[in-house]
Amino acid sequence: MSDQTAISVHELVKNFGPVEAVRGIDLEVRPGEIFGFLGPNGAGKSTTINILCTLMRATSGSATVAGIDVDHDPAAVRSRIGLVFQDPSLDQQLTARENLEFHAFVYDVPASTRKQRIAEVLEMVELTDRTDSVVMTYSGGMRRRLEIARGMLHTPDVLFLDEPTIGLDPQTRRHIWGYLGELPKRAGVTIFMTTHYMDEAEYCDRIAIIDHGEIQAIGTPDELKKMVGGDVVSITTSDNVAALPQIEAIAGAKPIADNGTLRVEVPDGAGFVPRLVRETTVEVTSVAFRRPSLDDVFLKLTGRAIREEEAGSTDMMRMMGRAWMGRGRR
Amino acid sequence: MSAPNGVMARTAAAERGRRKGTLWPTVRAIYIIWYRDVLRYWRDRARLVASLAQPLLFLIVFGTGLSSALSGAGGLGGAAGAAAGLTYTQFIFPGIIGMSVLFSAIFASMSIVWDREFGFLKEVLVAPIDRSAVAIGKSLGGATQAMVQGLILLILAPVIGVKLTLGSVVALVPLVFVLAFALSSMGVAIASRMKSMQGFQVVVNFLMMPMFFLSGALFPLNGLPTWMTVLTRLDPATYGMDPLRRVVLGGAGLPSVALDRLGLTLFDTVLPIVAEAAILLGFGIVMLAIAVRNFRVRD
Repeated sequence: MSDQTAISVHELVKNFGPVEAVRGIDLEVRPGEIFGFLGPNGAGKSTTINILCTLMRATSGSATVAGIDVDHDPAAVRSRIGLVFQDPSLDQQLTARENLEFHAFVYDVPASTRKQRIAEVLEMVELTDRTDSVVMTYSGGMRRRLEIARGMLHTPDVLFLDEPTIGLDPQTRRHIWGYLGELPKRAGVTIFMTTHYMDEAEYCDRIAIIDHGEIQAIGTPDELKKMVGGDVVSITTSDNVAALPQIEAIAGAKPIADNGTLRVEVPDGAGFVPRLVRETTVEVTSVAFRRPSLDDVFLKLTGRAIREEEAGSTDMMRMMGRAWMGRGRR
Repeated sequence: MSAPNGVMARTAAAERGRRKGTLWPTVRAIYIIWYRDVLRYWRDRARLVASLAQPLLFLIVFGTGLSSALSGAGGLGGAAGAAAGLTYTQFIFPGIIGMSVLFSAIFASMSIVWDREFGFLKEVLVAPIDRSAVAIGKSLGGATQAMVQGLILLILAPVIGVKLTLGSVVALVPLVFVLAFALSSMGVAIASRMKSMQGFQVVVNFLMMPMFFLSGALFPLNGLPTWMTVLTRLDPATYGMDPLRRVVLGGAGLPSVALDRLGLTLFDTVLPIVAEAAILLGFGIVMLAIAVRNFRVRD
């Protein structure tokens, strides 16, 4: 295995019949990195992760994980990776220990270290006191933590997480990120994850933005935000129609009216605000400026926002599905 | 000449090493997949008890009802049963054991579809193990559960008035296992292609129930109309029911003449139990091979 890359993807293509899910992706992930794959639902994130995890075969192109070609030796790749799926994959009728023992068996964790590893990973996600509880009694966040622990049990080189926090409440999401953020330092693992939550992408060392099966940009969150070029200023005035040409003159860019607020991109927000207040004749009722978010980056690259309400309804269905299936299960 | 020989010897050794290396993880994986099924089965004792309800209903209500009706009409299936003083309930007792095995085996192996729906199957499919372990482990897990579900009914033998001998019980264990394995493998083969629970009802209605009714669990299979004779002989469960009946009722003291008249015939010859078991085993292995192939397919 080369020390340079944990994951290397070259011109990867995946078609489902006439549908082009992934259209020629190139990327490299360095060891010890937290690499985020950001994009709306249906952008090709899960397809890519499935190919890298050897669950699917690419139509064309190549990929290596931990230096091993995913198409030539899928079994070797599987033994070197850990996986946390989008949907839960625990046996809810077994205890945490039993789930981990099953995993240790199929991943060939030596019998001599099995017990100790199980104790270690459970401690890492603070589930030691629930070791012998049946998973059905766990909350959604605890299940996720157990899945992360399981993914780390066989000390993988790369941990793949497909939407690791989908359907969880914001507090639990932050909690999960507390564990994930520490993993590369603690366990020397590389993390490759997908998400459509913009705020989560901020935790990543580097991000690839994917849309319509193509990578739109790769870089650190800061690098990507610099693509927007400056600060985003939101202004409300007593008369937006009169204020608009004046703001345009000061900012040198045309503001966008959005829901009673005028939004404009300027190179330097701190310098712009005093000038705005001084030079406009219309009364300014509020001004706020912020650093551009990844939302703004995404908007700029794709011409549309990641539709959160769309994601929200999918999450809702997923949660309802879980609740229903959880009840239906005996 | 000696150099190539040395190379060949080394290659052979490496090959052996590799084969040993791939076989052991598969065996280990089969074990843990089997163990998980048995553990879940054991933990779910409510299901274990509930699953006895249906056989009891058949034996007590259905059996008693038909016994009374048939005794008025001159006894079971003509002379054979009546001559031996066999009640209808006693006649169907081995068949109900077979039914319990049939239903349990298919339900247990169909848990793969549940596993798929609830996500656990993914954990198994991405593991660095040969996919054959999934099929074999599931098949053996289902077979184990079905075998227990069938054999547990033997405790009812005294109530039904069927005498069990040590010999008949010992003979029953492998016979029940072969039936359980064959049907469980069939279930795994079907489940390996099933993506959702929707198809499950179809399997129950168009496979499980016909297999049960045509298996000879409830009536003797000799002297039927030709079309039905053909169907019964095509039903793999038939080759499991007949040995059970012959062993249970033979052990209970039914004369061999009467046994032979009840026995399953193929082209007018009574099949030996060993042949029936071999047919079942062959069917099970073919089904398992199909399941293994289905699991090895990658999108």
